[in-house]
Amino acid sequence: MLANTSSLQSAPQPAILHGVNCCETHAVNGSEHERLTGQLDSTENEWVTLMIRVRDHSDRTAFAALFTHFAPRIKGFLINSGADAAMAEECAQDVMTTLWQKASQFDPTRASVATWIFTIARNRRIDMLRKQRRPEPEDLGWGPEPEPDQEDVIALQEDTNNLSAALEKLPSAQRDLIQKAYFGDLSQSEIAKITGLPLGTIKSRIRLALDLLRHEMK
Amino acid sequence: MTIQHHLDDNTLMAYAAGTLPEAVNLVVAAHVSLCDECRASVESYDAVGGILMDQSQHVAMSGESLAQVLARLDLPVTDKPVVRKPGALPGPVQDYVGGDLDSVKWKPIGMGVKQAILPTSSEATARLLFIPAGVAMPDHSHSGPEFTLVLQGAFFDADDRFARGDIEIANDDVTHTPIADIGEDCICLAVTDAPLEFKGWVPRIVQKFVDI
Repeated sequence: MLANTSSLQSAPQPAILHGVNCCETHAVNGSEHERLTGQLDSTENEWVTLMIRVRDHSDRTAFAALFTHFAPRIKGFLINSGADAAMAEECAQDVMTTLWQKASQFDPTRASVATWIFTIARNRRIDMLRKQRRPEPEDLGWGPEPEPDQEDVIALQEDTNNLSAALEKLPSAQRDLIQKAYFGDLSQSEIAKITGLPLGTIKSRIRLALDLLRHEMK
Repeated sequence: MTIQHHLDDNTLMAYAAGTLPEAVNLVVAAHVSLCDECRASVESYDAVGGILMDQSQHVAMSGESLAQVLARLDLPVTDKPVVRKPGALPGPVQDYVGGDLDSVKWKPIGMGVKQAILPTSSEATARLLFIPAGVAMPDHSHSGPEFTLVLQGAFFDADDRFARGDIEIANDDVTHTPIADIGEDCICLAVTDAPLEFKGWVPRIVQKFVDI
């Protein structure tokens, strides 16, 4: 991550990509794009907007923008997790296809776009590398609200940003451990050495959302 | 009744990371189905994974990949939707049983106790246990931690009472003798994070796990 990003953060610039013309956004040049990518803060709202267009309008241009940003990251993540390049490529394509097929399940009040894609990629990795399915908890309710409260969406984005910033601030040894835990490079006893992950308020917000959902189901 | 005994953070994080053996994933998914506190933790650890993935090194996709994916977006989806009905068994356990409690293929193991091994990969073992009211849990050995999730009834272990949704985590160095509550027969999902040391009968282990 480059250090000099504060001016970019104060002016929300969408990290929309060349050749993709959608939403009320404009393309940024390559170097700006490099500086913006990898950050969740000013761009997360953009990903949610694109994701909602995929979900509600089967918008292929929005999908292409999400693909261009996320597919190389999924591929990098899978290679870090022990997949070879060919398998990571195939898996990243599968993950993006699943994003399209399961778009109706995307709920921006409970997960950022990156979080949601991570969960799809993780499950596909288990399926491909270990030939296993991953047992999933029961679903709550009947899926996401068609028109979620914008305040809830933004609040979750802020929590995600804060969590991202808190992870950045961890001592590098601790951060390395967490990365290795997610890449599958740590044994359970090594994972036990990870202490005090800075979840901040995101957990209490998700907890609150679950309480509301339970209340509505009664 | 609210859940008193939860999973530890490291197990919840490893579940989100996707690095646990299948049987441990199953007991976590079952507990999380009953416990919103732990569900909120798992979704938070999912967010950590999202951040790490978003910040991980980019590896360029092949030149034709976007076109290939766009071409297959509208192919019919072949996944069959999972059918789960509300029951005594949480949804993820029903998936392994093939139904609710009435579909469990119990095998008696003495003293009225019955068990059913669930078909997971062999690195860890998941089984359902049926313990008649007031009976002590059977003796079994395991070399890793054991997770015991109560699905019906309750059991006591020392001073603690474990009821539906509660999960007990016993390390291998702890001697414990859980006893089913007198009020009702107790059904648990017990998972050992190591192959179970079977005694006296030949288990039908299907080697589903492919090591890479």
